[in-house]
Amino acid sequence: MNPEIPFFLKPLQWVGAALLGLLSETGRLAAFIGRVKISAVSFPLYFGEIVRQCIKIGYYSLPVVGLTAVFIGAALALNIYVGGSRFNAEQFLPNIVVLGITRELGPVIAGLMLAGRVSAGIAAEIGTMKVTEQIDALDTLSTSPYRYLYAPRLWAAIITLPILVFVADVIGVAGGYLVATGTLDFNGDLYIRNTMNYVTGGDIFGGLIKAAVFGAIVSLMGCYHGQNSEGGASGVGRAATLAVVSSAVLIFFSNFLLTTLFTRIGL
Amino acid sequence: MTAPLLRLKNVHKSFGPKKILQGLDFDVAPGKSLVIIGGSGTGKSVSLKCSLGLMTLDEGNIYFDGHEMRANKRSEREAMLARTGMLFQGAALFDSLPVWQNVAFRLIHSEGVSRKEAKERAIETLKKVRLGTEVADLYPAELSGGMQKRVGLARAIAAKPDLIFFDEPTTGLDPITADAINDLIVEQVKGLGAASVSITHDMPSARKIGDEIAMLFDGKIIWRGKAEDVDHSGNEYVDQFVHGRADGPIQPAI
Ligand SMILES: Nc1ncnc2c1ncn2[C@@H]1O[C@H](COP(=O)(O)OP(=O)(O)OP(=O)(O)O)[C@@H](O)[C@H]1O
Ligand SMILES: [Mg+2]
Repeated sequence: MNPEIPFFLKPLQWVGAALLGLLSETGRLAAFIGRVKISAVSFPLYFGEIVRQCIKIGYYSLPVVGLTAVFIGAALALNIYVGGSRFNAEQFLPNIVVLGITRELGPVIAGLMLAGRVSAGIAAEIGTMKVTEQIDALDTLSTSPYRYLYAPRLWAAIITLPILVFVADVIGVAGGYLVATGTLDFNGDLYIRNTMNYVTGGDIFGGLIKAAVFGAIVSLMGCYHGQNSEGGASGVGRAATLAVVSSAVLIFFSNFLLTTLFTRIGL
Repeated sequence: MTAPLLRLKNVHKSFGPKKILQGLDFDVAPGKSLVIIGGSGTGKSVSLKCSLGLMTLDEGNIYFDGHEMRANKRSEREAMLARTGMLFQGAALFDSLPVWQNVAFRLIHSEGVSRKEAKERAIETLKKVRLGTEVADLYPAELSGGMQKRVGLARAIAAKPDLIFFDEPTTGLDPITADAINDLIVEQVKGLGAASVSITHDMPSARKIGDEIAMLFDGKIIWRGKAEDVDHSGNEYVDQFVHGRADGPIQPAI
């Protein structure tokens, strides 16, 4: 039993308990991620599952990623036009649009859309499997859930998110192009030439690296919170919420870290 | 006396302050069938999960075929699982896979059987639990509870195990379907020559399935005897349970 402590020290106790909780949660998460990573590079690899997940995670996300990208590209072009015209720099619109899309908005927007669509989906699926004892059943059938469930999702997200982001880059730039040529009287050929001449392989590559990291975050958070869920339907709902929130926060955080790193190494 | 296939010795398990198992001991000989009865929440499912290594023990030992199971000895546990089948309380079928892949899961994923042969063997096993070929390509969500239990049974026996666990195979089924499941269990377990540990609080089912019956109460086995002796056990706890009386030494859970 806890010894009685004076009321004015209670807040300290709460802070301490919260801190300990955070530390042990971090420890559990790290152990989980470690095990998934080991499973992802050891045999047997379930190739069929990886392909299935690639279709589910990647292919079915194309519409939502494409749609957001075209609107973001279009809005970005308008904003840059307004901002640029304040000091007569509106002719740089294509350059800034392509830079903004490939380096930042493409990966972040696609990552966030997948945090909503994929992370929650994975958490709900794995969570339901947990509370209906399917994970236990898998284990008794001599199949590790780390290998059969989590590793294929990790692989699929790491493989498909960069592809999705590349598609988002192209569509986002196209959105900017449509607005610029359609309503802002830009010359189409010139727009494309400016874009192509300006963007570097490094801009695109950096964005794709970010995408791969975001893919890992989205799938790992979904799996982690899913397999942690307890207590029936409400537990599964909680797992889905936690997966979305934690992936979104981690995406923003790692985006900042990666951007810092890329600018330091001059990518 | 043959050596037991499965043996639990002095098993303890608590969840926080809640002590569930407190010195559980039982064993099953090869080919024999043990039924464990006990009230809701007495830790029957927990004792199966501990036996299978799905939960860690606080204290005690588990032996399978003479080998002690330990958390750090993966290969021994693998060897045990390869010879074990389990029917879960809620069937726990994989709802993303069609019925035949559920039944053939072990064959496909750990025994390396080709998909074509695995499907044939799955359909054969489904036949043994009286399910037709047309069920093979359905998904678990399209089946009734009784059919799901039968698919679960088929999955548990598909790889011809030496030991099968049944967690409440008949709960939630009408008496006729329940009896049919009991018959299937007896038929399949005897057919395979497997040992079985079944959990139930359904007395007709216990009498039918069990060679022996043991009663779990307060985290321990308080009585164990031949199935036919359960009606004159001389133990007041068992008597109360068998006759389903609210008054007696066992306090109802509500
Ligand atoms: N993962 C867990 N965490 C905390 N408590 C648990 C857990 N699993 C089981 N328990 C507790 O252990 C006790 C025994 O549970 P168990 O599922 O073994 O009951 P049971 O004997 O199978 O009951 P029933 O006949 O209703 O299935 C219950 O009080 C339950 O609350
Ligand atoms: Mg139970």
